[in-house]
Amino acid sequence: MADLSINLAGIRSPNPFWVASAPPANTAYQAHRAFEAGWGGVVWKTIGDPILNVSSRYSSMNYGGHRMVGFNNIELISDRAPETNFREIKEVKERWPNHAVIASLMTDTRENWHDYMKRSRDCGADGVELNFGCPHGMCERGMGSAVGQNPDVIETIVSWVMEAAEIPVIVKLTPNITSITHAARAAKRAGADAISMINTINSITQVDLDRMCPEPYVAGKSTHGGYCGPAVKPIALNMVQECAADPDVAIPISGIGGISTWKDAAEFIALGSTSVQVCTAIMHYGFRIVEDMIDGLNDYLDRAGMKSVNELIGKAVHTVNRWETLDLNYKRIARIDYDKCIGCNLCFIACEDGAHQAIALVAPEEKKVGLGPGRLPGKAIPSIKEDECVGCNLCALVCPVDQCITMVDVETGRDPMSWRDYQERMANGQMQPIPPHP
Amino acid sequence: MPVQPILSADHAARNMAELEPKYSPQEAVTEANRCLFCFDAPCIMACPTGIDIPAFIKKITSGNVTGSARTILESNVLGASCARVCPTEVLCEGACVMLDRDEQPIKIGRLQRYATDHVFENNIRVLHAPEKKSGKRVALIGGGPASLACAAELAQLGHQSVIFEKKPLAGGLNTYGIAYYKLTPEVSLKEVELVRELGVDMRTGVEIGRDMSGEDLLREYDAVFIGVGLGHTYRLDIPGEDLPEVVEALTFIEELHTKPLHDVAVGKRVAVIGCGNTAIDAVTQAKRLGADEAVIVYRRGEQDMPAYPYEYELAKNDGAEFLFHTLPVEVVSENGHVTGLKLVRTAMGDDGKMTTVPGSEYVRPFDMVIKALGQEKMATMLHQIFPELTLNRNGTIQRDKQTGATSIPHVYAGGDAANGGAEVVNAVGEGKKAARGMHALLTGQTVDGPVQWTRVGVQGRPVGSGLDHPVRVPELEAAYAAGGQ
Repeated sequence: MADLSINLAGIRSPNPFWVASAPPANTAYQAHRAFEAGWGGVVWKTIGDPILNVSSRYSSMNYGGHRMVGFNNIELISDRAPETNFREIKEVKERWPNHAVIASLMTDTRENWHDYMKRSRDCGADGVELNFGCPHGMCERGMGSAVGQNPDVIETIVSWVMEAAEIPVIVKLTPNITSITHAARAAKRAGADAISMINTINSITQVDLDRMCPEPYVAGKSTHGGYCGPAVKPIALNMVQECAADPDVAIPISGIGGISTWKDAAEFIALGSTSVQVCTAIMHYGFRIVEDMIDGLNDYLDRAGMKSVNELIGKAVHTVNRWETLDLNYKRIARIDYDKCIGCNLCFIACEDGAHQAIALVAPEEKKVGLGPGRLPGKAIPSIKEDECVGCNLCALVCPVDQCITMVDVETGRDPMSWRDYQERMANGQMQPIPPHP
Repeated sequence: MPVQPILSADHAARNMAELEPKYSPQEAVTEANRCLFCFDAPCIMACPTGIDIPAFIKKITSGNVTGSARTILESNVLGASCARVCPTEVLCEGACVMLDRDEQPIKIGRLQRYATDHVFENNIRVLHAPEKKSGKRVALIGGGPASLACAAELAQLGHQSVIFEKKPLAGGLNTYGIAYYKLTPEVSLKEVELVRELGVDMRTGVEIGRDMSGEDLLREYDAVFIGVGLGHTYRLDIPGEDLPEVVEALTFIEELHTKPLHDVAVGKRVAVIGCGNTAIDAVTQAKRLGADEAVIVYRRGEQDMPAYPYEYELAKNDGAEFLFHTLPVEVVSENGHVTGLKLVRTAMGDDGKMTTVPGSEYVRPFDMVIKALGQEKMATMLHQIFPELTLNRNGTIQRDKQTGATSIPHVYAGGDAANGGAEVVNAVGEGKKAARGMHALLTGQTVDGPVQWTRVGVQGRPVGSGLDHPVRVPELEAAYAAGGQ
């Protein structure tokens, strides 16, 4: 059993799995249930001046029969009074002293930030998270993503907060920005202890074509909502890695965005997260999902020979590099295992219409392949044109059978050469330009 | 005693309800989403009408159910009845690539039913004949599946056609002769209506050979299609066969389609002679109408029966009994009514010849005997209409399998009368091919084989679809056994 406990900028929790600041983290009741289920931390739903919500608040993107592949919301921060929230945090901390409870905060003036910092410390919170990411409603009032989209404003407000900070401060960043590293650097310059990302992405999930109005529908209107769920994971991973690799950021990261399983979590950790935060998967299935996350991560760490989850943090960060450093002479091609092929020929049409016309349909006899239920007499089977195959992976991606199409490395006999090397060699007169593809 | 109806109206209706309930929209989309949307999909090649199955399933996933039905009905105008009666296990679903992934095949039949029911129930018209007509006219003899498919295809190619049907309603066996719980006559009649909407003239109650001659047709029309199907059930040729409680299976089934369900008489102890799919329909129907015993009597063994395995399962689940290696030798009666069958055991000799076992005779009590030995060919009737028509030795019409052309110029044929008795979907495929054959004759233009032009085969040659190269699962399995590694 590996050690799953973490310490993110001084915030300790028995495992890296935190409930994100969102509807599942709205009350003490929910926090108790989360900790009973096994979660390591709870980032409280953002505390601020109580707001009013509309009734219809969530919408989703379903795909291929799967519900909530993407999810969006137009709900605002906590609609409960700050004193209620701080009182409940105190209760929760008393019952769960070894678990992390983080107060998410959103307010406006320097005085108000100082007041909230003091009350967070007084209630026993392990740290605070500044919500600079909410992309709907609050940003119209100069808060949330309105702050996170302007590095100067981030720096100013974080510096106010740090004046009163006696517990660790995490700055939660918005992805609705050209480069998130600029926002992260601003937080770091102002003295933040850690950053968390990503908050939700501006979105419209779907338009009801009968009412000619997007969802969520609110009395004939809708608004831009914050997008999250499994569909946003690649975007979040990208931003986490960018910040983790940036020497001007260099503070711990709490990763957020589409995490549903231990594997998602492990990927965020490998790209530089210390803790991970989960919301949509809980909203879909409840707190119980953490059992598999703990179990699966533990098992993975054991298999990988890591004694602590801390060994995993950032392990893959440095394999992500600028494109110009990639080896142009590395080559792979597709290979089809005809014993597994079921004859759908999706690889053929994907390559033919969508990629490089490197798969032919040939008679089974030509490949010395027998018939199968998917291989009718007279029906062609796919064959890789190895000279044409650029190794793009598309066929392997569309193939519905595991391990039927695999990408195999091919020895080119050429030494590694990146685009940067290529430019240098041409500049030095060491090589001639490579002719373009016909 | 003469046999009587047994069940109440409610009970009979419940027992005769469709075997599988209709999919809800969510069920349909969930099932449709399982489809991989194969390129040159094997299911298309296994469909004798060449429906672009992945295309219609894809349209269900997107909510384009009307377009889905259009895809189906353009290829197979009887798509709603085929969805119910096709032996999908040995056709499209049997060829599904999912089987090779050790998964259930896509439920193509049920999805097809979902899509076609949608347009029928909502009266959405998806097929249209071209405004410009060729001026050519075709007469079709018989109003069953082959003629309906042929007429629909002709209409879509711009030709006018007239169907002559001797019964009061068109649709053939789809209207009169398929087990009620598989296909109700209402579905068949909606399909007839669909063909009529394409501009096809339906003249019912007209018998060619009695009301008009073949010569009349050839004089008045540019071409003639023969889709007369088959005749009466073969005779048992045993004593007592003409007793009132000895009936033909198709007559028994037809009663359900022409009378209220609870008015159909059935015996308490029913014997069904034969073990094909019609025998199964009859024995299951007898059981569902309230018979205490419904027994298949078959002279060969379980492994020899022509019925499909799932039909056999269905009958067993309904409580039917099977007497294999048993031959009826006499219908026993008292006072002019059936009281039983004298049966004898059969055995297979070393030379492969079947013999009866001496001394094995016994009488089993029955009050109704249903004959399901297969239908006779219509040789006499065909020669009455066209004396010159060349028939095969087994009594079927000799014709070119690709075009449907017979030995008489301008006369085409398809369906059971030409193939000797097959599935509805085969009749549709043959009707469609004959329509294309006639189109070539009348206009000099051919309709290209492959329905899916984007699908190319070995070395760029078109693969076509099941319309041109139908593949059935038994053939597939045979090919696999022969050519597989």
